[in-house]
Amino acid sequence: MVGWIDTVIQGVLLGGLYALFAMGLSLVYGVMRLVNIAHGDFILLAAYVALVFQGAGLDVAAATPLVVAVMFLGGYVLQRGILNRTLGKGLLPPLLVTFGLSVVIQNVLLQIFSADSQALRAEALTTASLRLGDAIAIGWLPLGVFLVALALGFGLQWLFARTGFGRALRATSDDQETAQLMGIDHRHMYALATALAFALMALAGVFAGMRTSFTPTDGPANLLFAFEAVVIGGLGSFWGTFAGATLLGIAQSIGFRLNPGWGLLVGHLAFLAVLVLRPEGLFPRTR
Amino acid sequence: MSLLETRGLTAFYGDFQALFGVDLVLEQGEIVAVIGANGAGKTTLLRSVAGLNPTGSQAVRFDGEAIGGMAAYRVARRGIALVPEGRKLFPSLTVEENLLVGARTGRAGGWNLERVYALFPSLAQRRAHLAQQVSGGEQQMAAIGRALMGNPRLLLCDEVSLGLAPLVVNVIYQAFRALSEDGVSLVVVEQDIGTALAAADRVYCLQHGRVSLNGRPSELARERISRAYFGI
Repeated sequence: MVGWIDTVIQGVLLGGLYALFAMGLSLVYGVMRLVNIAHGDFILLAAYVALVFQGAGLDVAAATPLVVAVMFLGGYVLQRGILNRTLGKGLLPPLLVTFGLSVVIQNVLLQIFSADSQALRAEALTTASLRLGDAIAIGWLPLGVFLVALALGFGLQWLFARTGFGRALRATSDDQETAQLMGIDHRHMYALATALAFALMALAGVFAGMRTSFTPTDGPANLLFAFEAVVIGGLGSFWGTFAGATLLGIAQSIGFRLNPGWGLLVGHLAFLAVLVLRPEGLFPRTR
Repeated sequence: MSLLETRGLTAFYGDFQALFGVDLVLEQGEIVAVIGANGAGKTTLLRSVAGLNPTGSQAVRFDGEAIGGMAAYRVARRGIALVPEGRKLFPSLTVEENLLVGARTGRAGGWNLERVYALFPSLAQRRAHLAQQVSGGEQQMAAIGRALMGNPRLLLCDEVSLGLAPLVVNVIYQAFRALSEDGVSLVVVEQDIGTALAAADRVYCLQHGRVSLNGRPSELARERISRAYFGI
């Protein structure tokens, strides 16, 4: 019994990481109706950027803000320079362009870092844990990731619902032409939304890189988890995304407990079950 | 110097030419009505001034500066607000949020939520409703209020009376008169000639993308207007 409680707790904490994966995807889709196929690869790219900073002698705590800043700027430039040109012409152009970016990123990473698996060093943080009784130990790192994801979920919700910037983003998402009549530069708004998503992805990449090792071809799996969390939760709601990510984490965690080979499979099955039974997601857009 | 001046303004949708050299002038605090049949180019004229349709840079001058073809958001920040045809409120925002977005022009001035609610009291009770949940008249008031929140010097209104009860139209046009006394200039596009003539200081009539008649309402005989309007 205690073992199962432990499994669910680990699953919830894993869900925190997936929520971070998914929030950026959800944000970009929510504002621009743009599905970023390279989403997982950019998360991975963030982990490699952190690796480079570590190689230069910085520890993870000092490197993380730098990675976030680099990704924020990169996201802005990518949206302003490339992705804005693909908008307004249907779903296909952004899909094709980001698919191309995904291939490019994977191969550039392979070229520079080789196919060897890498990990971010976080010293004691990766192994320290909080003991609850004899049978349950909660790692500080997964707990920290979960709490950061939760705080960012609250933050995003507040940003969108309560601030002038959030209102302008929602207005632009509703009707970019009319938004321009209010003095809103829609291309700048889109770029800021992507930059924000990339900052979230940067955190996701660093945390993922501290939890497990990674190779240049892990990006599509990251995308898949993010995508599953978003679809389970229902498109367009941050809390839905969070709930979807948690559910995915628990399903995977239960699968791993049943059989070490089944974890991802059970996660995918949970996703398929939701897709069949409730295609609109568990918590469809309420806003 | 006029506040707004268009000179030889042309506009195209692909190969289709919608405006063939429109000349229009507007002084500060003036209300100018633009009338004309469906497809005469009224909406295109407003969109071109607001920066939503490309034009030559010298074709539109605002406050002495050439603004033709400038991006719409820059035009808005200079003080030209368009109340678009069909209101175009943001559907996922409440009435009050729609008004607040109007203030994103970043222009200083006397407009705020209280003043909009004082102008249109029925909006105050509906502030927390989504824009699509309120009546057509209230939506139109919200669209005008949203434009005013940006503290414009020039307000362009596209068919604001369309589909509204005469009482509501009256409220809106009284508000326009008060605005013009405050020094705001207005261009009002209408299909309803009666409403336009009653409210405007001067009238332009468009026909097939050209100005077919202009002058003060008191100086224009009805039959001249009908001829300019319908082309018969």
